[in-house]
Amino acid sequence: MKKNNSIKTVVAIGIGAALFFVLGRFVAIPSPVPNTNISLQYAVLALLAAMYGPVAGGLIGFIGHTLVDLSWGGIPWWSWVITSAFVGVVVGAFARKLNVQEGDFGKAKAAVFAIANVVAHVIGWVVVAPVLDILIYAEPAKKVFAQGAFAAVSNTITGVVVGGLLILAYTKTIAKKGSLDQE
Amino acid sequence: MAANTVLNYLPRESVVHRLTGTTKLAFFLLFTFASMITYNTWVLLGLLAMSISAFKLSKIRFKEVRFMMIFMLVFLLLNNLFIFLFDPDQGTTLYGTRHVLCHLFWRYDLTAEQLFYMVNISIKYFVALPVAILFISATNPSEFAASLNSIGISYKVGYSVAIALRYIPDIQRDYHSISQAQQARGVELGKKEHFFARLKNSVNILLPLILTSLNRIDTISNAMELRGFGKHKKRTWYTKRSFARNDFIVLGLGVVLLGASLTVTILFGRFYNPFV
Repeated sequence: MKKNNSIKTVVAIGIGAALFFVLGRFVAIPSPVPNTNISLQYAVLALLAAMYGPVAGGLIGFIGHTLVDLSWGGIPWWSWVITSAFVGVVVGAFARKLNVQEGDFGKAKAAVFAIANVVAHVIGWVVVAPVLDILIYAEPAKKVFAQGAFAAVSNTITGVVVGGLLILAYTKTIAKKGSLDQE
Repeated sequence: MAANTVLNYLPRESVVHRLTGTTKLAFFLLFTFASMITYNTWVLLGLLAMSISAFKLSKIRFKEVRFMMIFMLVFLLLNNLFIFLFDPDQGTTLYGTRHVLCHLFWRYDLTAEQLFYMVNISIKYFVALPVAILFISATNPSEFAASLNSIGISYKVGYSVAIALRYIPDIQRDYHSISQAQQARGVELGKKEHFFARLKNSVNILLPLILTSLNRIDTISNAMELRGFGKHKKRTWYTKRSFARNDFIVLGLGVVLLGASLTVTILFGRFYNPFV
């Protein structure tokens, strides 16, 4: 059983990274701020990280984001790639408490999921990404913190709202433990 | 489908293509770090010359990768614009002097330092670009997993990357048909809809995509388990090639470049300062 899980994780990382890539690269849903898009990939990242744990979450973020950057024809922007991986790890670290595969996603679990997303995105985009931007690329502090703050707000909304709705809808498709009644 | 135009492998008969995937991956990483560490204009120009000549050697024509170039140029311009808008004195902060060329408006002065800093950033982008394009278009995707494994990454991770590359076109096709089907049913994602309604609508497209993907994960992992994947600590690769003379030369070159970039940074500092 344990072995099957490790194979499943390998496959989930691959498929998850492909999903992350497709959503990050081709799907453009306009956000209220002009010329910016909602990054739906972070909703999927949150869902898969919650299902398969921190290692899978981190690798999905890392591989997916690297592929997106490569496909735009450049060197991967490592500071943001690392941040995506960081978000996956943090959300995944809360996964054991959530147990979404058992088909139960009540208010308490939704709250844990929301907190996990907020923590991951705020620390990720307001601290990790700008600091790495300054260290690696020597960009002006004001610019990177403004960018980071915007990314944090928009990705938190996507992660919590879209990710939460996805998990809710997904858990409804699973038969709950003990859902059979004796007649 | 469209994925072919995105991460496209362009087979050619060239020196660069004949290098093993491992060499290309390792050189790509070494080169990236070399260009990331330094801000020294001379080192960057040297790296740029190196990277352009590698591109020439590959026999890939400029026309074939024009899209990436144009995209990068737009990105570069926007980035420079934002850097200037947010902090017109970043150059002064870095180089320590302030030579005003002309006053623009409000707090915006055009300084020689700022211009020089932005030129350096731009060179930094262009240094990386040809090597990145080569890495994508001259590496056979099936060889990539083997390359990752041979630079010391667990073969399971290599396999994940291979699965990702293999299934990108499939998932893209799925996404496309799901989104068209939902749009035909009136699910709107454009600007006509209110922001939160748009977010909610996107769930209608994402959920079927996730469910098919989860099924896919089950199918693939069952197939892999039946074939005994993950039984041993090591595995062999069908596409893996053995190193030739050129591979060692290129790897050596990569190490030398990184070493040079590090040495210059440690000895002379990260920035080349023409203002003092």
